[in-house]
Amino acid sequence: MKHLLSMADLAREEILEILDTAVSMHEVQHRDVKKLPTLRGRTIINFFFEDSTRTRSSFEIAGKWLSADTINLTGKGTSVSKGESLRDTVKTIDAMGVDMMIVRHMASGAPAQIAQWTRCSIVNAGDGMHEHPSQALLDAYTMRQRLGDLEGRHVALVGDLTHSRVFRSNVLCLTTLGARVTLVAPATLMPAGIADWAKADGIELSHDLDAVLPTVDAVMMLRVQRERMSGGFFPTAREYAVTYGLTKDRLRLLPDHAVICHPGPMNRGLEISGDAADAAQSLVLDQVSAGVAVRMSILYHLLSGEQSGEGSAA
Amino acid sequence: MSPAQDRVPAGATDQTGGRVVLAQAEISRALRRIAHEILEGNKGTEGLVLMGIATRGVPLAQRLARALHDVEGVEIPVGTLDITMYRDDLRSQPVRAMERSEVPDGGVDARVVVLVDDVLYSGRTVRAALDSLADLGRPQAVRLAVLVDRGHRELPIRADYVGKNLPTAQSERVSVRLQESDGVDEVVISAPESGTLEGARR
Repeated sequence: MKHLLSMADLAREEILEILDTAVSMHEVQHRDVKKLPTLRGRTIINFFFEDSTRTRSSFEIAGKWLSADTINLTGKGTSVSKGESLRDTVKTIDAMGVDMMIVRHMASGAPAQIAQWTRCSIVNAGDGMHEHPSQALLDAYTMRQRLGDLEGRHVALVGDLTHSRVFRSNVLCLTTLGARVTLVAPATLMPAGIADWAKADGIELSHDLDAVLPTVDAVMMLRVQRERMSGGFFPTAREYAVTYGLTKDRLRLLPDHAVICHPGPMNRGLEISGDAADAAQSLVLDQVSAGVAVRMSILYHLLSGEQSGEGSAA
Repeated sequence: MSPAQDRVPAGATDQTGGRVVLAQAEISRALRRIAHEILEGNKGTEGLVLMGIATRGVPLAQRLARALHDVEGVEIPVGTLDITMYRDDLRSQPVRAMERSEVPDGGVDARVVVLVDDVLYSGRTVRAALDSLADLGRPQAVRLAVLVDRGHRELPIRADYVGKNLPTAQSERVSVRLQESDGVDEVVISAPESGTLEGARR
């Protein structure tokens, strides 16, 4: 495995290997000395063209705990703002001899394109409305910690599907792991053509959250991405919260063992109420904590081992 | 002990054609002796912690703890070390899966840690284990117990307690099989054969 671009590229065994390694990595988080020498001498660039708190910081921490040198670059403050093309910027960094670029970009497919231009490993840390594979892996990890094997488990993804890269990666990851997936959203926030591929992949669609909640093992609330919306997806925020938000009343519909996930950042009071976000069943903070361990595992799997091609001669 | 059990099965062969150098009786006798040596060296069980190096070192550490318990009646804490992340050959080998590292309650600070492994060969595993241990705390002393020392050290490392010194050629392969992981207790030495690369490492 050289790049992590899409969850569609990972087989079940590869996903499970990353998740199992993450369990061991998680143990490091509780040590006094949070440092493993594994990626000593490797250089990782965090290349973020879009804002991010948890993804960027957790990739940076993951790299540092594995002893790699990590450097952060943002769109702002680089030559990109002087008009340099993405290709030239990437080629420039590549020429410095880095081993990995972790890329977040507003254009879907940008990381895959960058992978064509450079010799180093590319991790997709979120591209436009396409995918966010490391988030899907940490979601699966967190749910697995609570629920055990996800085979046959029922997971509902609720909310703004159209604009969500998290949902796309999660559907691929969960179905590969054998979970049953239901998508719940107003018709306006279901991506175009979803009925066809949902049918092909055995995914259920629903517009009725109250009917779905009692049957789930996990419910994942997706953020309403107002920054990507140009109006008109639902009448008012209040109406959305009442029909599709995880309110205090809806919390009671969940089975006792069921867990609540949210990839963050949360719009409290919109897609998730404060009561749900802070409930005992909520894994929101576990997800953040798992983020570092899972990303350490991803870096380990991509940067160690015999690389086909260059760099392994040493 | 009956003579049959006592007999060194020199020349005996396992199912793959290797020569069995230690059978069940010898292995348990070696561990009992090592347990006594540890007690002698440490003047009792005070502050002792056993850390098994994954994977085969872990059941050996547990057996040593039982042997120590049989002699002194004291429970010795047992932990495990996975040294995958500390290896110096991560870039030249296929990606390895990680095992768990577990530090026993009470940690390793100011304890006498006995590292336990199955085979001592190049010494690189022990080097990695020492680095890993340093990240877990600061033991008062670190000792090394191995079931088999097959020579060919590449680093200035030696064992304090050895089950058996086994002169080998570098091309030969030493396999330790244990009841817990392999269903049988035996140490087998075999000529290099096509197939597994594991032999080269051991």
